[in-house]
Amino acid sequence: MSYLTLSLALIFVLIPIILSKTLHLGLEKDTVSATVRSIIQLLAVGYILQFVFDSEHIIYIILMILLMIIAATQNARKKGASIKGITWKLVATYVFVEILTQGILLGFNITPATAQYIIPISGMMIGNSMVLSILFLNRFTSEVEANQDETELILSLGGTPKQAIHRQLITSIQASTIPTIESQKTIGLVQLPGMMSGQIMAGADPVQAVQFQLLILFLLLTAAVVTSAMLGFLSYPSLFNERMQMLKIRRKDELNSH
Amino acid sequence: MTITYNPIIELSNVNFSDRGVPILKNITGSFPEGRITTLVGPSGAGKTTLFRLCNGLISPDSGEIIIKEKAIETYDPTELRRKVGIALQSATMISGSVYKNLSLPLSLQGKQLAKERAIELLNDVGLDEELLHRNVKDLSGGQRQKVSIARTLVNQPKVLLLDEITSSLDRVSQQDIEELIGKVNKKYGTTILWITHNLEQALTIGDYTWVMMAGEVIETGESSLLNHPTDERVKRFIRGDME
Ligand SMILES: Nc1ncnc2c1ncn2[C@@H]1O[C@H](COP(=O)(O)OP(=O)(O)OP(=O)(O)O)[C@@H](O)[C@H]1O
Ligand SMILES: [Mg+2]
Repeated sequence: MSYLTLSLALIFVLIPIILSKTLHLGLEKDTVSATVRSIIQLLAVGYILQFVFDSEHIIYIILMILLMIIAATQNARKKGASIKGITWKLVATYVFVEILTQGILLGFNITPATAQYIIPISGMMIGNSMVLSILFLNRFTSEVEANQDETELILSLGGTPKQAIHRQLITSIQASTIPTIESQKTIGLVQLPGMMSGQIMAGADPVQAVQFQLLILFLLLTAAVVTSAMLGFLSYPSLFNERMQMLKIRRKDELNSH
Repeated sequence: MTITYNPIIELSNVNFSDRGVPILKNITGSFPEGRITTLVGPSGAGKTTLFRLCNGLISPDSGEIIIKEKAIETYDPTELRRKVGIALQSATMISGSVYKNLSLPLSLQGKQLAKERAIELLNDVGLDEELLHRNVKDLSGGQRQKVSIARTLVNQPKVLLLDEITSSLDRVSQQDIEELIGKVNKKYGTTILWITHNLEQALTIGDYTWVMMAGEVIETGESSLLNHPTDERVKRFIRGDME
């Protein structure tokens, strides 16, 4: 595709802007900023990838992955601001997911150890892990806040913090991973996954594209469950002190005022 | 007036505040072992907060709390909370059946509550045994209070902190509960601390009484003090000018 044909694609940006104006949806500003950001970010990534692929140096690969982890952490940490040390808990989770998935992929020679494979797969894993951690943190903080009475009851009867928060923890892990699991049940029937579609359009053999997509789906499943569970078990202890007392959770409105 | 007794809980200069707002100010005093002490005072006086301190749900900003001659911090929190049991003002339930709620104190320790014992507890608080498998969300406020009391008794605490446990009960049920608590007190020597808004109840069931206001203890002594208070604020409170 040439840049000229790509610029024609901007028509698809104009349509929502015109609609937004006529219907007073107020989405113009966000649409424009989203468009500009996606152009700049993706083009930058494209050139960086080209550079990394050409140099084939492990340092650049690691650097790119670290960058992804930092960006994902930046994005997700706001959702868990009421949890002490959430930044490091997120970093630990993303690093673990990355090492686990790449370890298995490379260890069993499922994918070749080249930047061309490692980077896009890492991007998908960390990106998905980020979305999952946001889903989890959203749900967990609201579950904890809504069920403080129950937590306190269990503590007051001599339960441990883990027992006192167990139900909220499990509910939040389930709720955040269900969309990933559910979407896999209808995949291919309702929509073709973006990566597979891209590969097919780029001329790949559809069956091979499907095989690859399946691999990604299974990886995403692992990333989803591992992210929620690990983040959950890392997070809940910081809601309590060493006297097994529930710390006052700073409510969202209080946080925003600072 | 001097009272001589064995204190089971002693507080000295206990302060507690929330985000800079003082809630309990310099509380000093003690609760006699094996006796019933009632706590009265207007809403927001800090009575519930005092109970939460004694059960270890919160810790004071300063001051000392001694339980059975040992500083409260020296206890393992779970052990402390089983020994100093609390029936919360809100009578919070976990979702599920009455039985699940009654067994909670034991299931938290990986044990089971025998069905016969559960039925016995229901009878003790004046609930029909057919309620055992009823979902708690189908209970009335009063029934919940009774389940909450029964549940607190499961741990067989040495000290019972009862926070407004009869506020939603009819007169007969209220008397049943008073009788039950009296029996627990006599039979097991359990120390009872009982917060109530009902001054008549505070007078009749209490051996001793604390009157609290605005985070302070205003008067303590034998419960008959409610008949002849000395402090002007207490007089007004008893006449009903406050709240
Ligand atoms: N968790 C909390 N966070 C902040 N403030 C609290 C909290 N619990 C109680 N307070 C405040 O502490 C003060 C004392 O509350 P407490 O519940 O101890 O009073 P109380 O004597 O039990 O009142 P009532 O008779 O209405 O139950 C009140 O001003 C209340 O607003
Ligand atoms: Mg109260």
